Amino acid sequence: MIDTKEFLPDVREVERIIVRFAGDSGDGMQLTGDRFTSASALFGNDLATLPEFPAEIRAPAGTLAGVSAFQVHISDHDITTPGDAPNVLVTMNPAAMMAELPRLESGGTVIANSDAFNQRNLAKAGYQTNPLEDGSLDGYTLISAPMTDLTTQVCKDLGVKPRDAQRSKNFFALGLVSWLFSRPTYPTLQWIREKFAGKDAIIAANEAAFKAGHAFGETAELSASRLAVRPARFDPGTYTNINGNTALSWGLIAASQKADIPIFLGSYPITPASDILHELAKHKNFGVRTLQAEDEIAAIGAALGASYGGHLGVTTTSGPGLALKGETLGLAVSLELPLVVIDIQRGGPSTGLPTKTEAADLLMAHYGRHGEAPLPIVAANSPSDCFAAAFEAVRIAVRYRTPVILLSDGYLANGTEPWRLPQIADLPNISADFATSPNALNEDGEEVFWPYMRNNDLARPWAVPGTAGLMHRIGGIEKEDGTGNISYDPENHQRMVTIRDARIKKIADSYPPTTIEGDLDADLLVVSWGSTWGAITSAVGRMRRSGQKVARVHLTNIYPLPNDLGGILRGYQRVVVPEMNLGQLSKILRAEYLVDARPISKVEGQPFTAAELHHNLLEMNR
Amino acid sequence: MTNTIHTTAVTTKKDWTSDQEVRWCPGCGDYSILTAMQLLMPETGVRREDTVFVSGIGCAARFPYYMNTYGLHTIHGRSPAIATGLAMARRDLHVWVVGGDGDMLSIGGNHLIHALRRNVDLTILLFNNQIYGLTKGQYSPTSEVGKVTKSTPLGSLDTPFNPISVALGAEASFVARTHDMDRAHMQEVFRRAHNHRGAAIVEVYQNCNVFNDGAFAALTKKDARADMLIPLEHGKPVRFGANQERGVVLDDGVARVVSVADVGVDALHVHDETAADLSVAFALSRLADDRSSPTPIGVYCAVDRLEYAGAVDAQIATAQADRGPGNLAELFTSLPTWEVN
Repeated sequence: MIDTKEFLPDVREVERIIVRFAGDSGDGMQLTGDRFTSASALFGNDLATLPEFPAEIRAPAGTLAGVSAFQVHISDHDITTPGDAPNVLVTMNPAAMMAELPRLESGGTVIANSDAFNQRNLAKAGYQTNPLEDGSLDGYTLISAPMTDLTTQVCKDLGVKPRDAQRSKNFFALGLVSWLFSRPTYPTLQWIREKFAGKDAIIAANEAAFKAGHAFGETAELSASRLAVRPARFDPGTYTNINGNTALSWGLIAASQKADIPIFLGSYPITPASDILHELAKHKNFGVRTLQAEDEIAAIGAALGASYGGHLGVTTTSGPGLALKGETLGLAVSLELPLVVIDIQRGGPSTGLPTKTEAADLLMAHYGRHGEAPLPIVAANSPSDCFAAAFEAVRIAVRYRTPVILLSDGYLANGTEPWRLPQIADLPNISADFATSPNALNEDGEEVFWPYMRNNDLARPWAVPGTAGLMHRIGGIEKEDGTGNISYDPENHQRMVTIRDARIKKIADSYPPTTIEGDLDADLLVVSWGSTWGAITSAVGRMRRSGQKVARVHLTNIYPLPNDLGGILRGYQRVVVPEMNLGQLSKILRAEYLVDARPISKVEGQPFTAAELHHNLLEMNR
Repeated sequence: MTNTIHTTAVTTKKDWTSDQEVRWCPGCGDYSILTAMQLLMPETGVRREDTVFVSGIGCAARFPYYMNTYGLHTIHGRSPAIATGLAMARRDLHVWVVGGDGDMLSIGGNHLIHALRRNVDLTILLFNNQIYGLTKGQYSPTSEVGKVTKSTPLGSLDTPFNPISVALGAEASFVARTHDMDRAHMQEVFRRAHNHRGAAIVEVYQNCNVFNDGAFAALTKKDARADMLIPLEHGKPVRFGANQERGVVLDDGVARVVSVADVGVDALHVHDETAADLSVAFALSRLADDRSSPTPIGVYCAVDRLEYAGAVDAQIATAQADRGPGNLAELFTSLPTWEVN
């Protein structure tokens, strides 16, 4: 924690600030936003971030298609979203201004790199005249700085070539914004030295640019705009700023350690899931095996093969990949082996909006298989919650011997928030409980092993190859109840389909009671799943502060649904379900419980903002 | 779940025979392949519980049910991928993959070639009968051009795969061919494949007496073999015929059948299955492009190359030696942290 001595008399304190960095894909906006976030996290603010970038690695420079943005919300109190309208917009070129200005709050602050607003770039962005000069920004506070030129000048004496110097202009912007919001400078300077260790020219250029930006704020009489956000009050503990994909990867590792079975990840690269493959590949010292497979089908196949061998089989993907894995999921349902299938949802169908978020794979996760093939579904609700959700998915997979689909999305995957590190001793134990001995007698009274005998959870034994006396042969053909022998018997098939259904439903017996937050006696109940959690938390909070009554339930376990959910739903006059799809959970709730669950939909590739949900919920509560 | 390899078991054919009724058509070539396997296994000394047969879909894919080992009957084409995960997770196991020409070369072609190039320690048996049996008689990716089947009433137009050429093109480190009419030859080739470290693939010419009867008869019937099958033996000149009167020469990289009397023994190609350059093995695989020309059988190549699962384990061992075994507390604090009191 940084002490707050840095607060200066001329600094106006605010509770929270939303800053949006926007520029060309090559301008380093993700890095700039990430650094600003890190400095704020170390300072002790609560925060939430939303990176947004185009699908193209380098879209044509200066075009609207190439705009990359990073929004960060910093606060002195608990927040759950990356914020609604930004208070401050940093634009590194005209395209960023054109694309992002509509988001800015009225009267907000615009920071612009004036050097980039030349005739050519203005034309590319579709401006007839220069918005920095034509008065169109009069309603805003405009801070215009020749960032490219000033950066080049301070780098000249360092022996850095002008072309390389220009690439440091994002650090100028970061320095300016850091000054404006009273961020400590040393974490950024330290980071520059560590990140570029051995590249002295780059260190010198980035440091010089950062300091120049900082100095620009001091000397350009921008004090009126200077703001500070005090550290937030957090529960005692050790914190780190973490994104969803990292938290999810760590949750898998922690669960595998607790279960004492190594992770086997089969994965094929796909946005926005690839970072889980990257993260797990770094942790081979935990015994993690990663296979970058030839395709999505091989990825889940290899994971299932590893599970058959007694490892924790995991496969990661996004929507199109989950579609390809469907056949193998059917096999996994039939084999009744542990398997964790992670879908980091993105805008669909098909390639859709690969770098934008959406949560429209719920019905595919639920029903998208051949035959009666039920499997449990778990969904993460915030970046740091991806840790707990991954742990829960592993718990269910291992205890109940079943494939589990874990749903996250692009917003959770890349968004960050502070996470209080769990006490390792507090993490629940998971028992793999491998079979070691025969479990039945044959007609001759000899001890034999039947692979489809079941325990009280209706789970079958996990008997891994190498175990003497338990040799058995299983596959995708229907199996006889108990013995696991091939069976085409009609009554047996009916029985097995019924058992597979019942055994998955039984998982709900292991859930804690469902928590209803807010006003239990409200008329309106908001039911939700996944990454809408943050925006709903914020919107519901606003409603209640303004005297409206509202209750909310957020689901982690989407299938089977909690046993007490039906009773809860029937206790409210109105049930609404905000979702980043056209109403998939609401459809399921209507089918399961015959309640009039109404969807609130958003499929714009961006998460709900608290403001728009607040507005929608007010409408519903009339 | 240790990775210790056990090789102590004393067993008989009966020990390797499961209690399941074999349900292939009477007269199917699969029976003799099964027998060869059940006879071979006791000779290897491996334990049944350390042996896994993985298969996809098709007649051949029923194989695991009949072996008294661990067995996994999976889905169409995916067995090389599923077996890859198993073999990577469990290096102590002997993982066999069994499938037909449709399973391995059509729907599963991608998985087969990638398993081969990775060189995962798998022993893959490709039962090639040049027809789809379980779906009742459609042409397969190894059927000859012009094949008349239910799905090709006017004759198939597809150029077939040569499975040996495909495997060599996929960088396989062990490639062999045998046939279902010669149990001793099968057993010997299977033994070699089993002993190979890395991905081994054996193409077995297998007769489907219901939908493609006699497909290989011109090569494999007893009185034809001497003239039609060219045994590949490491370190020996490649020659065949009842009186060893014919042989194979390499002519500017192209394999050709010659009369030994015409060229002399010294001109014959001497088979080197360990040659790292697979182009000679490839040339041999192109010698016969139909089922009526002399065809090489035996081990085309057996090359020592980095085995994948062992290499993965070595990376894990190195990571653990460098950084110690995984520690959650260290992991959680690996990003910048701050304390709140």
